[in-house]
Amino acid sequence: MLARAANNLYWMSRHIERAENTARMLDVTYRMSLLPYRVLEAGQEWADPWALPLVITGRATAYYERYQQVTPDNMLYFLVFDATNPSSIYSCIQSARENARSVRGVITSEMYEDLNDLWLQMRKTDYSQIESKGVSEFFYWVKLQSHQFRGVTFGTMLRDEGYQFIRLGTFMERADNTARILDVKYHTLLPSVSDVGGAVDYYQWSALLRSVSAFDSYRKVYRDAITPMKVAELLILRDDVPRSLHACMNEIYEILRLLCDRSQLEAERLAGELHARLHYGRTQQIFDFGLHEYLMEFLEGISLLSDEINKDFLVPAYTSNTAPADAATQRQSSSQLGLQPLE
Amino acid sequence: MNQSSTNDALRHHPVSLTWFNEMYDDGAAPREHYAAYAEWLASKPLEFMLQKQKEADALYARHGITFAVYGDETGVERSIPFDIIPRILRPGAWKKLSDGCCQRVRALNAFLKDIYHGQEIIKAGIIPAQQVLGNNLFRPEMRGIAVPNDVYIHVAGIDLIKVGHDTFYVLEDNLRTPSGVSYMLENRNMMMRLFPDLFARVAVAPIDHYANVLLDNLRAVAPSGISNPTVVVLTPGSYNSAYFEHAFLAQQMGVELVEGPDLFVADNMVHMRTTHGPQRVDVIYRRVDDDFLDPLAFRRDSMLGVPGLFAVYRAGRVTLANAIGTGVADDKSTYIYVPDMVRFYLGEEPILQNVPTYRLGERDDLKYVLAHLPELVVKEVQGSGGYGMLVGPAASKIDIETYRARILGHPASFIAQPTLALSTCPTFVDSGIAPRHVDLRPYVLSGKSVTLVPGALTRVALREGSLVVNSSQGGGTKDTWVLEG
Repeated sequence: MLARAANNLYWMSRHIERAENTARMLDVTYRMSLLPYRVLEAGQEWADPWALPLVITGRATAYYERYQQVTPDNMLYFLVFDATNPSSIYSCIQSARENARSVRGVITSEMYEDLNDLWLQMRKTDYSQIESKGVSEFFYWVKLQSHQFRGVTFGTMLRDEGYQFIRLGTFMERADNTARILDVKYHTLLPSVSDVGGAVDYYQWSALLRSVSAFDSYRKVYRDAITPMKVAELLILRDDVPRSLHACMNEIYEILRLLCDRSQLEAERLAGELHARLHYGRTQQIFDFGLHEYLMEFLEGISLLSDEINKDFLVPAYTSNTAPADAATQRQSSSQLGLQPLE
Repeated sequence: MNQSSTNDALRHHPVSLTWFNEMYDDGAAPREHYAAYAEWLASKPLEFMLQKQKEADALYARHGITFAVYGDETGVERSIPFDIIPRILRPGAWKKLSDGCCQRVRALNAFLKDIYHGQEIIKAGIIPAQQVLGNNLFRPEMRGIAVPNDVYIHVAGIDLIKVGHDTFYVLEDNLRTPSGVSYMLENRNMMMRLFPDLFARVAVAPIDHYANVLLDNLRAVAPSGISNPTVVVLTPGSYNSAYFEHAFLAQQMGVELVEGPDLFVADNMVHMRTTHGPQRVDVIYRRVDDDFLDPLAFRRDSMLGVPGLFAVYRAGRVTLANAIGTGVADDKSTYIYVPDMVRFYLGEEPILQNVPTYRLGERDDLKYVLAHLPELVVKEVQGSGGYGMLVGPAASKIDIETYRARILGHPASFIAQPTLALSTCPTFVDSGIAPRHVDLRPYVLSGKSVTLVPGALTRVALREGSLVVNSSQGGGTKDTWVLEG
């Protein structure tokens, strides 16, 4: 298929997944903010639960260019409505719909109509409506819309190459996000050291699990108190948890093997390597290495893989004597509609 | 209903115009070919129709069937207003129309082949050399280039107006990248979705094979020696006003929708960039203007085109539809010669008539037109989309004087026509159902043969009394029914 079409399909699903994950992340932030926490001292502003989304997405610089301080209102506006923030839910839905529009012949009309309708609804929504209905209700709606779009895709689209690029986008974005959310605990402060393992700690871990819809799974799998080791195992190594890193890498590796066919491309090799580390990894090793360090290394791997996917499929620069590479490089900026991968 | 009741301009400039109402005769009885529909309509309460109109509007918005208006900063896209009352044509009237349109396209195509080769029509003294060679839409680069099957005009949109029972006039020919056919097709889909029972009552000729016929014709004009040609649709991109249509047609034909940067030239072939490397392209149904096709051959600043495309085209290794340089034949100053072309190339009498046209480059015509501006419609020779035209009877004194100054600046850039009594069709408006002016654009396809599907786009001027039907100027569309004969 056309490289540009593949690129748009890939980004369409990444944008939707990102909107969903932003809603999940904000919901967990909102829940955490309802818990008691230590009064912050100077220099500890980043430990405010409402600063977490900035830590997770790495968009603190962009935020502070626009806002003086971290407040729930500012944060919600920045991450939900701000059209100048390419990662806001508003921007993600708009971009997904733009991506869909430029490949509307490649996707089914149900898919296009679903996204178009979502965009029309998002455009009509304003902050006061969210406030009156409750922010959690809004985040629930975003999640539901994302589920719905995936369902429409799953239920209507031909299982062709385009479908694989859509799935690839979903899991690349999801892997990235789960790793970031899991890293949240590294950045959160407990009211005091004695609270480790206490009620607040418990609520933070359970909020984190809920944000990736894994709370019930945890109960089912472990039937035990929530511990950091088990949460990490669940969200990193278990491949039967649909948002875990291992589950995402299973999909990504499988899709890239299909897409690469028999041609030996770097994207496939890299995905295989990342996959193997999860497939054969152990929880104890992760903690010996350091959870935060482990997650950072994984994120770096995902970012490298993302570059390779670009090179091999989405923004190909032909190196043979047959083609100029300049037009392909021009394409990169416009096709992603101004949206940079999370820093 | 009295059309001019709210139109002061018309009252100030009384022109004797009697609108022909297509649905009802002078005694307010439905005409024969509308009888079945009128009976159905009479059985439906107004609320039912209102509900259906709302449904249609919502569906169009959801489907994202949109067009963009240039110069409108407020919204990038808008839904084109769709009117739920169909326009119905008798089988006999359609036969004459379709024969006339095909005849016209055959003659125009022969004209293009001629002016880019032997120029017999100039030698015969039928068209002045200056009219052709001095026209900036004439492409000297096309001289001597052979195109597959001698077809230049693969898709033509012929704009017609109806002024009486069976009297159609050709208003203009659109031979470059005519748009609107997606509305013809989507309007039918919408009507079948809204009123399935109607189609059981009235035998309407189907049109949904349009994309198949188009693809057949495009495949038939592939460069020689290609057995299974790859066809693509080339669009300027998703910000183009007709982008919806480009995507729609590519999808209906099952071919790739490409933008300029998706294509590149290598080894004297055009390729597209795919996820599995370069793939050769044989036929390009392009919706990009000549000027922007190839920065190496035409406008150097074009970002929409494909560098080197023209060289491959010259060599006959890729086909462009429509061919480069068709604009010289649909120019409004060339228009007046079309009946002569029919006689010259085909040896036939034209089936369809032109609207009498004044050329303001001619002194006598200019003098007459300047003296009668309030009665006439004046257009730019190379304008399109209803921009920059003067509708005398509806214009204010100031408008007319401003326009007069523009004409005097460069008279040869303008033509004028009498204000025609465009027919009206009942249309669903805020106040209920009222007559509004309509025109008609059938799409003629060539390649293998010259044909059209039994249907057309009907554009309707939604403002009371308005004669301008262009979507960019507040026009809407209607489904157009050709009754099975």
